Amino acid sequence: MILSIQHLYYLVGIILAITALMTLADKGHTRRYTSAAFWGLYSLVFLIGERLPPEWVGVGVIVMALIAGFGGVGFGVHKPRTDAQYFASAKRLANKLFVPALAIPAVTVIGTVLLHNVRIGDALLLDPKNTTLVSLGVGCIVALALACWLTRETPVQGMRESRRLTDALGWALVLPQMLGMLGLVFSDAGVGKAVAYVTTSYINMDIRFVAVAVYVLGMALFTIIMGNGFAAFPVMTGGVGVPILVGVYGGDPAVMAAIGMFSGYCGTLLTPMAANFNIVPAALLELPDKNAVIKAQAPTALALLVVNIFLMYFLMFR
Amino acid sequence: MPTDVSLWPLIGVGVIIAGFVLRFNPMLVVIATAIATALAAGFGFDRILATIGTGFIKTRNLPLIILLPLAVIGLLERHGLRQHAQNWISSIKSATAGRLLVVYLAARELTAAVGLTSLGGHPQMVRPLLAPMAEGAAQTRYGTLPQRIRHKLRAYSAATDNVGLFFGEDIFVAFGAIVLMVTFLREAGIEVEPIHVALWGIPTAICAFLIHGWRMYRLDKMLDKELGGGRAAEEVAAEQAAAAKSVEAR
Repeated sequence: MILSIQHLYYLVGIILAITALMTLADKGHTRRYTSAAFWGLYSLVFLIGERLPPEWVGVGVIVMALIAGFGGVGFGVHKPRTDAQYFASAKRLANKLFVPALAIPAVTVIGTVLLHNVRIGDALLLDPKNTTLVSLGVGCIVALALACWLTRETPVQGMRESRRLTDALGWALVLPQMLGMLGLVFSDAGVGKAVAYVTTSYINMDIRFVAVAVYVLGMALFTIIMGNGFAAFPVMTGGVGVPILVGVYGGDPAVMAAIGMFSGYCGTLLTPMAANFNIVPAALLELPDKNAVIKAQAPTALALLVVNIFLMYFLMFR
Repeated sequence: MPTDVSLWPLIGVGVIIAGFVLRFNPMLVVIATAIATALAAGFGFDRILATIGTGFIKTRNLPLIILLPLAVIGLLERHGLRQHAQNWISSIKSATAGRLLVVYLAARELTAAVGLTSLGGHPQMVRPLLAPMAEGAAQTRYGTLPQRIRHKLRAYSAATDNVGLFFGEDIFVAFGAIVLMVTFLREAGIEVEPIHVALWGIPTAICAFLIHGWRMYRLDKMLDKELGGGRAAEEVAAEQAAAAKSVEAR
């Protein structure tokens, strides 16, 4: 294939390496050397990670966690423009400003829908397993070119802005990947089996409604722990769904799967473990309370869980 | 039911819950949990490091969607994208924060349901466009907003993106989650059609829209109650006085 996810890893590695170098050169930075080390280590994971022995990467991850955990990732110096400058340029460029911003999703969608399985010669144009992500990468490059042309700025200024936002996110940028790693450690260590054993051993499933409620709430609870509905689904469905809801009570497995996974998503809305959806946006929107997004979602998620119990109960045994 | 299940790895669940409840730094909590869980499962020193390293390499795709758009969004912000988004929404007289979020919720859920999950997202849609528009719509009505309300509107914007995406995408047959469910059930000896799994997701998807949409509709009532009749200006004045005082104290 011509464009693969590996190219995106190199691109991200280069962006992070530039961020690290800019940090090192920034004399006004609050934590100049530790921050540069943090972003530098992270860039190595993308540039050469798959060629290093996994134990070395493990050591690197622990060092990164220690740097971040003890406050080693700080802010650089970024010169904001004046309000008057912002408004003047907003007035001058007006709706044109929307064009590069909307080009990212537009190119991503075009790539995903139209260029899927397109070949040039014998090679696939886009990585078939990661069409959306690769298209997103292409979309960002196209949008950056558009934005530079529109604002008469250089790509170097783009890198400065990228570093400004990376600084605003700080270590929260790495948290989703840390939690993804933890999920894999959990499954290697058999945490899923242990949770399924505990939930199924101590609850009386002789009442059909109770069994449905255990499955729905178990999906949510397990997702809250793992941060990922995909990790909870095999555990709860293997432990409760298939043997009891389908095996004992003869429920419709399609209903079970559909509503079960959505119950897991209710859990995703409630947990800091789903960092990409809950903690990163709080940092990205510069909210002082890291759990503000979870708090905004909690009433919707809890109401929907109750609705799911009844929907599953009535639709599964129609 | 297997009886030889080791319950020791559950220590990891305890560590992570305790860590988050006691508000330790999440990076430290996660790495401590990973090490504790692996130790409890009886892994040796080298295997613990290798498991952490392999896991971290396998999940490298997660930060891409956040990192890649930053340069573009940053450049556009430098040239007033957020200010323009606010101006643009204030030219629509009927726009309120609640109505805007209901419309976005519907659009996000419907586009996700036909597989266009990348039309939204926090870095490329919520920060530069949706949140400034929600703030702009409220500002047109009530004047300068207190910080508390700004933060609330931003959190609601992020939440609306999440709810729309989550409960839309599972209706799309080709989505990874449906494939995962069908494959898992097949291995357990149960055949289901992917289209049936997608269809039975629709009742929950509709309820998600109704529940979250109603809450966003209520948001306008709440804003009216808290900010209407000049109360916004009072709160902003109090906020500025408090800020001035804390500067003097330094």
